Amino acid sequence: MPEVDLARSTRRELNAALHALLPETNETHWLVRNPGGQHALAAGINAPVTVEIDGHAGYYCAGMNQQANVIINGNAGVGVAENMMSGMVHVKGDASQAAGATAHGGLLVIDGNASARCGISMKGVDIVVKGSIGPMSAFMAQAGNLVVLGDAGEALGDSLYETRIFVRGQVKSLGADCTQKEMRPEHLEILAALLAQAGVEDSVTPEQFKRYGSARQLYNFHVDNASAY
Amino acid sequence: MCGIVGLFLKDESLQPDLGRLLGEMLVVMTDRGPDSAGFAVYGDGVSGRIKLTLRGERLDDVVAALAGKAEVTRRDTHLVLSIAEAEEESVRGWLALHRPDLAVTGSGKRIELYKEVGKPGAVATRFALPQMAGTHGIGHTRMATESAVTTAGAHPFSTGADQCLVHNGSLSNHRSLRRNLEREGLTFETDNDSEVAAGYLSWRLREGATLTEALDAGLVDLDGFYTFVIGTENGFAVMRDPIACKPAVMAETDRYVAFGSEYRALVGLPGIAQARVFEPEPARAYVWERQ
Repeated sequence: MPEVDLARSTRRELNAALHALLPETNETHWLVRNPGGQHALAAGINAPVTVEIDGHAGYYCAGMNQQANVIINGNAGVGVAENMMSGMVHVKGDASQAAGATAHGGLLVIDGNASARCGISMKGVDIVVKGSIGPMSAFMAQAGNLVVLGDAGEALGDSLYETRIFVRGQVKSLGADCTQKEMRPEHLEILAALLAQAGVEDSVTPEQFKRYGSARQLYNFHVDNASAY
Repeated sequence: MCGIVGLFLKDESLQPDLGRLLGEMLVVMTDRGPDSAGFAVYGDGVSGRIKLTLRGERLDDVVAALAGKAEVTRRDTHLVLSIAEAEEESVRGWLALHRPDLAVTGSGKRIELYKEVGKPGAVATRFALPQMAGTHGIGHTRMATESAVTTAGAHPFSTGADQCLVHNGSLSNHRSLRRNLEREGLTFETDNDSEVAAGYLSWRLREGATLTEALDAGLVDLDGFYTFVIGTENGFAVMRDPIACKPAVMAETDRYVAFGSEYRALVGLPGIAQARVFEPEPARAYVWERQ
């Protein structure tokens, strides 16, 4: 198993080695020691490998991830898994602001809390937060699922497009054009699958959640607003 | 962009290391603020005496003129005068009359406050920060965006005895706030918005508010983006604006409370791997005070 100690190697050396991996590589499990909160760790990987970061990561960890499974044994700074395309990112501690921002695919699991703007402008990623999320989460979120086992802060889902939001706890307030919606069987099915992927299916059931989504009044043309144009 | 660091010690045995730890934190934040830096350290206080920190040129003249009245410590471009409380008015009077060119960067029982243009590491070395002891300290690395790179524009700002503030962000209503505070008798040394935030808190404290009450009132009255770290004689506080526009990470152990704009700044602290690391919530005043 390749091991990179960032007390001795540089972050650029680490990322260059990860970027050089070919799809058929045998070096499928990497361990990164002493991350020290450095930025852009394991960003831009495009290979089916596991990268375990043993400590706290800085900004944009695992950004643009494709295929890889990135595990952070600590907290992650701003923009973890930003613009992820596929693969999985697992934060075992808390995540800072804008976790999973603009991400198109893959799965982001956060064991702790995520702060403000979690899932901002998400475009297809699935995000499961086992704790709570901060204010303005899922702002302008376009596609994918945001699952929160704890509470959500102010202005959840403001100016939302088609992302589904599932919250088990309290929602402090809903943002413009975000509304609570009926939980239909197909939603319970999606939620059950995500809870299983996040490994909490034994203790958490889909029925404990409420579903929120777009009221579709803001981004669809409405004839009553014609005079405004 | 700017970098902020702060360290409030709970464990007395760490006090000799305060300057070294704070200095290391400051240097890590160089790429958030490479043009100037400043820091305040709360060291020993002597009963019945106060400290004035002065910044400027031709400091030898000041040392000579105040011999007998003040015990003087010189650190590069700064001078710390230790004077009897009863002498404060006459020393300030002498300074105003003979040396209006000098800036009083801080005053109080325990605070010493240094700021200078240059890379944070160079600034820390010039003032021998690593050798300083104390109970708490805060520091700032500045990347000037809306005003010139000058020493006067560097943080921290002190607008009351033993009080200081560092700020990452910008305020929108500092002009009107400044006019109101000037009517209340406060004076400002610079045109900087962060000095107005410091003045606002000094005014609230002067009017009898606790530090927590002053910060809670600030949430209503201060319009803009901010992460503040604040020092008082015995206290240390952190507050972020309601949308948490500027970054902040904290770590707490039995031995200290530490603040950094990024976690990287905290990596060198003792026992950091076991610390409770958390992100302060928006619109919430975090205050620690020594009894």
